[in-house]
Amino acid sequence: MDIFGVPITALLAQLMIGLVNGCFYAVLSLGLAVIFGMLHVINFTHGAMFVLGALFSWAGLYYFDINYWVMLALAPLIVGVFGIVLERLFLRRIYHLDYLYGLLLTLGLTLIIEGAVRSAFGVSGRPYGPPPISGITNLGFLMIPNYRLWVIIASLLVCAATWFVIERTRLGSYLRAATENPKLVEAFGINVPMMVSLTFGFGVALAAFAGALAAPVMQVSALTGQTMIVIVFAVVVIGGMGSILGTVVTGVCLGLVEALTKVYYPEASSMVMFLVMVLVLMVRPHGLFGGRE
Amino acid sequence: MTASFTSRRISPRASAYALLLIALIAAPWVGLYPVLGTKILCYALFACAFHLLLGYTGLASLGHAAFLGVGGYLAGYGVKAWALPPELALLAGLAAGALLGLVIGFISIRRSGIYFTMITLALAQMVYFLCVQIPQTGGEDGLQGIDRGLLFGVLDLRDDTAMYYTVLVIAVACFLFIARVVYSPFGQALQAIKDNEPRAISLGYHPPHYKLIVFILSAALTGLAGALKAISLGFVTLSDVHWMTSGHALLMTLVGGMGILSGPVVGALALVVLENKMGELGTLIAGATGIAWFTTLGESVMMVMGIVFVICVLAFRRGIMGEVVALQQRRRGTPASSSTTSASREPQP
Repeated sequence: MDIFGVPITALLAQLMIGLVNGCFYAVLSLGLAVIFGMLHVINFTHGAMFVLGALFSWAGLYYFDINYWVMLALAPLIVGVFGIVLERLFLRRIYHLDYLYGLLLTLGLTLIIEGAVRSAFGVSGRPYGPPPISGITNLGFLMIPNYRLWVIIASLLVCAATWFVIERTRLGSYLRAATENPKLVEAFGINVPMMVSLTFGFGVALAAFAGALAAPVMQVSALTGQTMIVIVFAVVVIGGMGSILGTVVTGVCLGLVEALTKVYYPEASSMVMFLVMVLVLMVRPHGLFGGRE
Repeated sequence: MTASFTSRRISPRASAYALLLIALIAAPWVGLYPVLGTKILCYALFACAFHLLLGYTGLASLGHAAFLGVGGYLAGYGVKAWALPPELALLAGLAAGALLGLVIGFISIRRSGIYFTMITLALAQMVYFLCVQIPQTGGEDGLQGIDRGLLFGVLDLRDDTAMYYTVLVIAVACFLFIARVVYSPFGQALQAIKDNEPRAISLGYHPPHYKLIVFILSAALTGLAGALKAISLGFVTLSDVHWMTSGHALLMTLVGGMGILSGPVVGALALVVLENKMGELGTLIAGATGIAWFTTLGESVMMVMGIVFVICVLAFRRGIMGEVVALQQRRRGTPASSSTTSASREPQP
C-alpha cells in the first residue's frame, strides 16, 4: 500500500525516527522551559549540555568501561552538578539585569563549553557502536528496533515525571509559588536561591539525559548543539513556554513533521520547523499553548 | 560660569570623532595593512547597523548574519555571474538586506524580548539551510575569487589602498546616516518606545511601524556591509550566514558599549584586531606563563570569544566607550547616568 507514492512501511519507519527525534526535542525544550519559568533566563547552553550528556555517555563507555545504564544516570548527574556550579558562579550575578544579559552570558558560556569539547573530542561525531538494547519488536505493521522504543518510553516517562513533580507535589508547589513571587516565598522560610540553583541543575540534567539517550542513535558531535539549540528555540516559540504538556506535545509533533518532510520533500526537511514556526506566529503570535507575556 | 566656558571650546566628543577620522585616513600610511583595515571597517559597519536596532529599540536580533551573508552572496554572485560593476553589486547587497529585513522583521516584531531573539535566530537558521542547499552560493566552498573591478568605471579597486578608502567613505557615510536617524524625531520616537512602550502607544505612536522601519534600515545596512566585505575580501562563505556571526555583532556591540553611537566601531576594532593577533598573543602568554596550551589559542577563537562575553557581562557591562563616557562624567562631577540606567533596568515582571 502506498501513500502519495511512498510505501506505507517506509513511511512508518520514517515516522518512527521522527518520533524518536521529537522525544529528544521534547525533553530538551522541557528543560529550557523549566529553567525559563524559574530564572527568566533563556539558557543558551542547553544545546551544549545535550552534547556533554552524549559525549560523557560515550566517553564513559570507551575510556572507563562504564556501561550505558550507569552512564544514563551518571551523565545527567555530572552535567546537573556542573549546571549548579555555573549558576552559583555566573548566572546568579545577572538576575537583576535586563533579560539580554542572561542571553549574552549563557551564549558566552556555550562558546566556552563548545570550544572545550572541540579541543577534547574534535568536531567529528563519535560512533557509539551497537545500541545497548538489541533486537527488534514486530508490531505487525511495523518493525521497531527495541532501542528506539526504549528512547520513546524513557523520554515520555521523564516528561510525565517532571509534570508530576511540578504540578502535583509540595516541592512543585513551592517552585510554582517562587516563580510567581520569590520574595514572598522566601519570607515563608523557603530557601529560594537554593531552589533556583536546583532548578537550573535539573533543567540542564534533562538536556544531558536527552543527550545520553541520543548517543547510541545519533552521531553527536561538538557542533550538534548549535543546530539543536535553534530547533529547541523554534519548539518553545511554537508551543509557548507556559505549559509543560504544550511544550512536550509541540516537540514530539515537530519531530513527526520533520520526518514527514524527509519522506516527501527531503530538501526542505531542515527548514520545515522554522516554516511551521512562521505559520504559527502569523496565526497565533503567542504560540499554540502560550498566554500573553 | 562653567557652561559658558565649555561652550566656547570644541566638545570633547567632536574632537574625539575628528581624531578617529584622521587616524582612519592616515592608517594605511602608518603601517596598517589595508586589507585588515578594510575588514575592520566592514565589521564596524555591520556592528553599527546591528546596534541601530539593539541600542535604540532594545530588540536583540540573532538573525543579522542572514542579512550579512545574503547581501554578500548576492553581491558576489552578481559580480561573478552577471559581471555587475562594484557599485551595482553593493546596491544589490543593500537591497537584498532590506528585502530580507522586511520579511524577517515583519514576522519577528510580533513578539518582543527574548522571543524576538529566538524567532530571528530561527529564521536566520532557515536562511542558512537555504544557502547550504541552493547551488548559487557554492555550498560548502562558498563563493571565491570575486573580482573587485572598477568603481564607476574609473577607480581601480584592485589596489588595496583604493579599496580601503572606498570602504572608509561608505562606512563614514553610513555612520552619519545612522547618527541622523538616531537624532531625528523618528529616532526620538524609537527611544520613547524603547523606554516605555505603553506610554508611547498612548501618545499616539504605533510601535510596530517604527520597529519594522528601523529593522529594515538595520538589515539594509547589514546587507551593504556584507556586500562590501564580499567585494573587498573576495569571498563569501557559509560562516557569514551562520548565527555565530550574529553573535559576533552582539559581542562587538557589548565590548564597545551599548547605547553609544561610537561603541560598535570601537568594539569591532577591538575584536577584529584581537582575532587577528590571537596566535601571536597566545605565543606571548605562553612565553610569559610557561603554559604551553596558550600557543593553541589561535585555533580556539570561539573559546576566547566566549570568555570575552562572560567577562563583559559580569564585570564590564558599559563596554569600552561606556567606561570612557562614565570617566568623563566623573571628572565633570556629574553622576554617570543615561547609558547605565537603561542597561541595568529591572527585568519586566
